Amino acid sequence: MTAPRTPAVGAPTARLEGPAKVTGTAPYAYEHPATDPLYLHPVLSTVARGRATVVHTAEAELLKGVHAVLTSANAPRLADTEDAEFAVLQSDEVAFRGQFVAAVVAETPETAREAAALVRVEYEERPHEVELDPGHQDLHTPRESDTGSPPDTRQGDVEAELARAVVLVDEVYRTPRQDNNPMEPHTTVALWETLPDRLTLYDSTQGVHTVRETMAAVFGLDPENVRVTAPHVGGGFGAKGAAKAHNVLAGLAARAVPGRTVKFALTRRHMFSLVGYRSPTVQRIRLGADAAGRLGAVVHDSTGLTSRVKEYVEQSGLCSRMMYAAPARATTHRLAALDVPIPFWMRAPGEAPGMFALETAMDELAEACGVDPVELRVRNEPGADPETGRPWSGRRLVECLREGAERFGWYERDPSPGPHRDGQWLVGTGVASAVHPRANNPGSVAEVEYGSDGRYTVSIGAVDIGTGARTALTQISAEALDCPVGRVRLRIGDSDLPGATVAGGSSGTSSWGTAVFEAVRAFRDEHGADPGPGARTRAEASHNPDLERYAMYSFGAHFAEVRVHADTGEVRVPRMLGVFSVGRVINPRTARSQLVGGMVMGLSAALHEHSVVDPRHGHVVNGDLAGYHVATNADVGGVEAHWLDETDPHLNPMGAAGVGEIGIVGMPAAIGNAARHATGLRVRELPLTPDRFLH
Amino acid sequence: MDTTITLHVDGEERVLTVDTRTTLLDALRDRLGSTSPKKGCDHGQCGACTVLLDERRVLSCLSLAVAHDGARVTTAAGLAARDELHPVARAVLDHDGLQCGYCTPGQVCSAVGMLAEAGAGWPSHATEDLTAAVELDDAEIRERMSGNLCRCGAYANIVAAIREVSG
Amino acid sequence: MRPFDYERPARASEAVAAVAADPGARFLAGGTNLVDHLKLGVSAPTALVDVRDALDDTVQALGDGGVRIGAGVPNSDLAAHPEIRRRYPVLSAALLAGASGQLRNMATTGGNLLQRTRCVYFQDVTTPCNKREPGSGCSALEGHGRDNAVLGASEFCVATHPSDMAVALCALEARVRVLGPDGERTVPLDHFHRLPGAAPERDTVLSHGDLVTAVELPPPPEAARTAYRKVRERASYAFALVSVAAVVRVRGGRFVDAHIAFGGLAHAPWRARRAEEALRGRPVTEEAFRVAADTELAGARPGRDNAFKVPLAVNTLASVLRELTEEVR
Repeated sequence: MTAPRTPAVGAPTARLEGPAKVTGTAPYAYEHPATDPLYLHPVLSTVARGRATVVHTAEAELLKGVHAVLTSANAPRLADTEDAEFAVLQSDEVAFRGQFVAAVVAETPETAREAAALVRVEYEERPHEVELDPGHQDLHTPRESDTGSPPDTRQGDVEAELARAVVLVDEVYRTPRQDNNPMEPHTTVALWETLPDRLTLYDSTQGVHTVRETMAAVFGLDPENVRVTAPHVGGGFGAKGAAKAHNVLAGLAARAVPGRTVKFALTRRHMFSLVGYRSPTVQRIRLGADAAGRLGAVVHDSTGLTSRVKEYVEQSGLCSRMMYAAPARATTHRLAALDVPIPFWMRAPGEAPGMFALETAMDELAEACGVDPVELRVRNEPGADPETGRPWSGRRLVECLREGAERFGWYERDPSPGPHRDGQWLVGTGVASAVHPRANNPGSVAEVEYGSDGRYTVSIGAVDIGTGARTALTQISAEALDCPVGRVRLRIGDSDLPGATVAGGSSGTSSWGTAVFEAVRAFRDEHGADPGPGARTRAEASHNPDLERYAMYSFGAHFAEVRVHADTGEVRVPRMLGVFSVGRVINPRTARSQLVGGMVMGLSAALHEHSVVDPRHGHVVNGDLAGYHVATNADVGGVEAHWLDETDPHLNPMGAAGVGEIGIVGMPAAIGNAARHATGLRVRELPLTPDRFLH
Repeated sequence: MDTTITLHVDGEERVLTVDTRTTLLDALRDRLGSTSPKKGCDHGQCGACTVLLDERRVLSCLSLAVAHDGARVTTAAGLAARDELHPVARAVLDHDGLQCGYCTPGQVCSAVGMLAEAGAGWPSHATEDLTAAVELDDAEIRERMSGNLCRCGAYANIVAAIREVSG
Repeated sequence: MRPFDYERPARASEAVAAVAADPGARFLAGGTNLVDHLKLGVSAPTALVDVRDALDDTVQALGDGGVRIGAGVPNSDLAAHPEIRRRYPVLSAALLAGASGQLRNMATTGGNLLQRTRCVYFQDVTTPCNKREPGSGCSALEGHGRDNAVLGASEFCVATHPSDMAVALCALEARVRVLGPDGERTVPLDHFHRLPGAAPERDTVLSHGDLVTAVELPPPPEAARTAYRKVRERASYAFALVSVAAVVRVRGGRFVDAHIAFGGLAHAPWRARRAEEALRGRPVTEEAFRVAADTELAGARPGRDNAFKVPLAVNTLASVLRELTEEVR
């Protein structure tokens, strides 16, 4: 695959919607103009398991301005409830705390909220279990059919290699439940029209087409009669990667008041039980190595939780299958099914917690062998993918490490373990590798049309959740069309546009850009270089056989400086630096922001984030932004993201991989390793709160 | 309990009837069609709803509309003069101090209010000597902007934008 | 949120009369805590009496060399006030360590004193809480307890007071001016907030209809060194795990006296009188800092999740004393 060269790709074009965003005039889901809208406020279960035996709605119904109170007793039956997450108000069963048990539709938000508070629910409570405790719980092995990869793998003679190891690291690492918390709470504005039945959603989603498909199936509608739009989305980080129960509830409510628009914005608290979260993990890592740190065995056993309602697997062990060379390796995944809300994608699912464990263990190995942590990783560099034997489409981890070490001034450190003191602060530096699969998902379709104004309109039902996709796709279109960016009009964010895969898994720009390239090629084949006004062609991305021939991953190296206060244990990160190998960079301005943003979320995970579940009640007790700490501006010091100048010739016509997730992967390990270097204390559990360093 | 109030929003006089329970944020968003202040948490924990109320930065989600009858409210939309972006908004755009954009209008309003505070000599938690003149370095900007959460992690670029405007 | 009436009297006496006459009425000032509670259902008043026109929002010099801070003075204005910065820097520092720029612009001096605990169970109406609903039980006692009190708590309540400002006022020996239905009175700040005992629903000694009208500060001790140190889980915009306000005087390598208060440890700002006593007249040494801090925390009763607060409080006080006495040691 070769790409035509124009300056469009690679230029630091400013975000096209930037002026609208900085003034606040860019409309997000809730802000879609509607005449006389109604407002929905839900009632959530206050028990973790049982039945909502009686729902008293009379008081709420009597309130002036209330249009409907929905419960499982009066909600319409849904057409397809095979996916239990979408069986909203279909029975009185309560499977987790914070599940929808009723909802009010009213004239004003104040009335809806007041009426919801007046709904009284009687429960028949059953015993529940909500905390992951692998030593005392029934664990099961997830099915390959649910995840697309085997839960367990084994290569070589693991026991023999571990027995032969001169140096052994055998430790357990823990990561807590974390919640995505995009700044814009999940919001759906729904309108149900009749004759024929037609549902329109203005939604805060990472995929308008995936939401349309789900809603069509759940409500038994022809997909042609469901439209989902998402012109601007206030972040998602995975939590908006699929339809969720609130979409269904909004649809049910809209159906109860046909012809009236229903606005439903989840509150921040609602999000902690309804939109997914990262499962806590308990990960045992065993590394066996020779005296020089060359790995003989890598064993990664990961346990997480899932909901009894629906299975989701945090695949933390995948990274250990391909990261480092070793003659023997084994990975396992186990799950405890509990009475909890359904976990889901959160930025770099699997890799983020997995690489905290593996890269902390690698630091422990480096220390045990007396080998520099950068050098240790270089020594264990595999020539081909250890899992599949496939060649790499491009593996440049070593260059990332070397360039990062150079830029960071890594070798100025005193290599001895801490503590290293600077006045009242203990100071250290740490390194960790990063990895993320390079994706190019099939199924996206794009359309190119030439207008009488001399501009091309490129249409694809993709979504810009803040990644810069609108800008990057415009640049890609200009490159494919061999025209200036100003001659491209890009249309996205609407399911009436050609089908596109979800903005997730760092796959968006890669997958959609491939479809744009294909559509342009087909357009040129049909209409030539000098098309007439109205010329139009639509094409689907064709299968890329290289996806099965090569192991495709992005890599990176994180470096961090950490200061821990000797008296109080407060942790500060004055400096973070990452060097990444992500193929060709479409737009250095927006790509840098994504990489830096990932690193900042990694810092946030390292120092702060932890959803605390109360085992008695089954809910997250710190379920708001005062209790669930995400990094503030003051937490972030110097942060630099660099990348190697390269192109992936096998991934897609642009040669570019996604950059949304790799920044978070490994960052917490780099910070934890730096804290170890600073203090001499090894903390194997996130987050690194001050109390961990009070000794 | 309904009450009729007057708000001067982005230079325009608006008369509206609100429930006493209606927050300034909901009055702006639901009643006046102002999309600029955002609802990120509705509890004073994120800063996305920041507006300038009589030129001070405040959280509109914790302000009752009825308690601000007659007030002048400036949102990020109102900071722009005709087609010209406010210098802070311009700098945020130039430095890519935004990604999803949902916290952005609040960041811009907060920065404008913050620069006025620093201009008036107000100290912050980052100020070493509380009696000395304020030097708006990066540590000062970070601390003073910490009431505005950005989950996309655009802080470094926001700081660079503000540094440019203040310098 | 239930509907409520709203009024905005021009005088404090009218506001007091209005609230005193209606058991369901509440004062509203900056609203940063009360509006939050209205939304959470923690508070469900039938009427709000807005006191922003009724309250003094100025800082005035007092005849004795102290100052009188009107209860309506916003936190940001108070922190930035030249006289406060110059003569009571510990108060400025405490204010600036709290909340965010936006919140400090809204919150008032009186409201800050009266803000209620951030205990997660108090704020969640679906869980039992003796403070919110007397007799319902304390969820925090056996629950998520990182933020719980380690000093002065009871079997009925382990909540902590969230204010930074009040901790500094405590160390400064402030007095609170109160206007009630029966007239005016003055309450010393360290008697203003209560320990929970068997009645955690009462945060302070105020009764319904009592309005804080001002806070008075005595003149600052001559040649005192002061500091406010707040330890929290984020670098900014977070409540304290532990905080320390200290006003110390040193002469000839010895402590003359010390006024110390802790935040984050108790249901009220915690005046560390035992530590103060332990320091008085002692030489300025690392050992003296430790002994003083240990003495104060000897009575701590931590739970499962908050044991770290004891060494943290000891270390933080020692750290503050060390910094304040660096030049004289």
